[in-house]
Amino acid sequence: MTITASPPLRRRRSPRARRDAWRGWGYAAPTAAFVLFVFILPLLLVLQMSGSDWPLLGGNQGLNLPDNYVDAATHRLFWNSIGFTITYTVITTVLLIGLGLGLALLVQESTRWKSLMRTAFLIPSALGLASASLLFYVIYSPYAGPFADLMKAWGFTFLGSPQGALFSTVFLIVWRYAGFYMLLMLVGLQGIPDDVYEAARIDGASRWQTFRDITVPLLRPTFALTTVMCVTGSLLAFEQFYILTKGGPDNSTMTVVQLIYNVAFQGQNDLGVAAALSVIVLAALIVINIFQLRAFRRPDES
Amino acid sequence: MTRIGRRRRSAIALVAAGALMVGLAACSGGGNSAAPAASIPANGTDDGTNLTLWTRAPLEKQAKLLVAEYNKTHKNQVELTVVPNDDYVAKVGAAAGSGGLPDLFAADIVYVPNWVKQGLFQDISKQIDGLSYKDTINKGHLAAGTYEGKEHVLPFVLDLSMMFWNKELFTEAGLDPDTPPANLAEFAADAKKIQALGKDGVYGTATGLNCGGCLVFTWFPSVWADGKQVMNDDGTKSLMNSDTAKAVYSTWADLWKSGAVLPSSKDESGATWTAGFTEGKVGLMFYPATLLSSTPFDAGVAGIPGPNGGSSTFVGGDGIGISKDSKNAAQAWNFLSWMMSEDAQVGVLAKDHDVVSRSDLAENQYTAKDPRLVTINKVAGEGDTPVALNFQQAFNAPGSPWVTLVRDAVLNDKGTVDADNDAITQILQQ
Repeated sequence: MTITASPPLRRRRSPRARRDAWRGWGYAAPTAAFVLFVFILPLLLVLQMSGSDWPLLGGNQGLNLPDNYVDAATHRLFWNSIGFTITYTVITTVLLIGLGLGLALLVQESTRWKSLMRTAFLIPSALGLASASLLFYVIYSPYAGPFADLMKAWGFTFLGSPQGALFSTVFLIVWRYAGFYMLLMLVGLQGIPDDVYEAARIDGASRWQTFRDITVPLLRPTFALTTVMCVTGSLLAFEQFYILTKGGPDNSTMTVVQLIYNVAFQGQNDLGVAAALSVIVLAALIVINIFQLRAFRRPDES
Repeated sequence: MTRIGRRRRSAIALVAAGALMVGLAACSGGGNSAAPAASIPANGTDDGTNLTLWTRAPLEKQAKLLVAEYNKTHKNQVELTVVPNDDYVAKVGAAAGSGGLPDLFAADIVYVPNWVKQGLFQDISKQIDGLSYKDTINKGHLAAGTYEGKEHVLPFVLDLSMMFWNKELFTEAGLDPDTPPANLAEFAADAKKIQALGKDGVYGTATGLNCGGCLVFTWFPSVWADGKQVMNDDGTKSLMNSDTAKAVYSTWADLWKSGAVLPSSKDESGATWTAGFTEGKVGLMFYPATLLSSTPFDAGVAGIPGPNGGSSTFVGGDGIGISKDSKNAAQAWNFLSWMMSEDAQVGVLAKDHDVVSRSDLAENQYTAKDPRLVTINKVAGEGDTPVALNFQQAFNAPGSPWVTLVRDAVLNDKGTVDADNDAITQILQQ
């Protein structure tokens, strides 16, 4: 969030101006306190933790730099998890944005039938991600799921191979989020003025030309928003993999956040190294977001 | 507002934040030495104090029975909290950091050495030394809780890995239901015979190929049965690439290829690894003795054989001690000393078909009725409990190098046992 400061004043401030300034601070105080306590302080604590020898059982044992960062970067699953997280992010981002736009174009007009479809596409988004993951855990289950007999007959399991586990999880995410991205795209589409399309029609543009030269360029801000959201969300993927695959089989679906969780709570129990990993991920996310926003900037903004 | 004012203000904010952080950090500093329990009467104190006890879900049944019986017969009242297996370490860690551990808590015996070293348990050497039957208490559990010559932990529930077989399926397959396989090759042959029955949904054997804990619990004994070790004495070097260990892997790889292993074993991460056998769908398997009482059909029980015969068991289960944060050490000791008494060991655990943790009580009125219990108690003496500080990370954790080793050897046929074993050693040495 940004705090816009009042412009510097040349004259000495009247008592009223001073009162107004205090009032302004008063209005901002609750939010400022909130940000301080739930964002800035934890962040500082993580920074401190990432520089300390801090086992889960035993508390802060003092400074441990640069060992934590070295251990984090040389963890046997560090590059694996980064590679997998990027692969997963590319797949989900392409699928969700493509599908979101496709669905939005399908249900753009407000006929009764299409409004119904719109609602249907959106329903999965009402489920929490953890609940949706548990639902799919049962669907994919080789014992209890509806496909159990089929899996037995064909000798495969949804989550049993690295590719299977990846695409089964991607399918869950697409099912859960496609409607939500459709909604964002719809908002973007509705923001495009009708007279632009009118003009294109008069000029005899084909449907494809209209889509390519009008819809896509004018959706740029929407693409920027959805891409940043999707990329950030996917890079931080945790719940779906924690519930469906636990990073398996053979650590093939280990995302970065899961690695952080495992280092902190499952085995290594080293909060210092986990915090160092978190700081590395945070730095990477900031850099990625800066590049993304820059890429989507309108030419006249640069 | 002037610029300078703004800058100063943010400086003040930063200083304030810094001060707060230092304050927070000061609160979270953990002590690393548990105070030895003060002078406590031999049987502790029973004065109507409310005690808290944490345990993990797999031992819920035994914990509930013990606590219920203690509460019925004592003024002190124990309040039991059962935590899901996967969350237990995190919960204990968080509580240890904030000084919020319960009076008593149990821990998977393979984690105990590490937790004792971290100072989570109080030193109860004096009290344990005062027990007249100290020499009969399970050695593996006592050793796991001993750090720098001080004892901190008693056995809460012993869980032993045993070979169980379904007598009905044995008979159907033309095998003798009273003769267990004598070595791993026979084990595999019997599993294939049961597979050959071609019964719908019935498999020769099952295991947890994605569950490090299940695999150490059920495969280490095959190595011990051969007189070999799984690690060096101080738990810093893995020996799971010995010829014996490789023979174990190749037996299982062959079983897997032959299709005699329950297919879901491949991804089994531990939540349902015993379900197939309990439902009568698996011929024979290495299985926890604590489940004897909940196996609803006639099952045979024997020790786990090695490639060349012999038999052994993994003496697992949970140890229990008084936490560093407990203000009621005398009352908590009252629970522990009762737990080790004949009333609890025989009157609660043996009655429930569980293994007693005192060798002098191994033969009791209940074992007389069920000879399988005698077998289990006898094998318990031949078993072992591996001790290593980094055991959890090296073996039990999801995706641990041990899980990788087994999967590479059994499922993927990679021939990378030596390299994978080095990866385990690397973690043990950290």
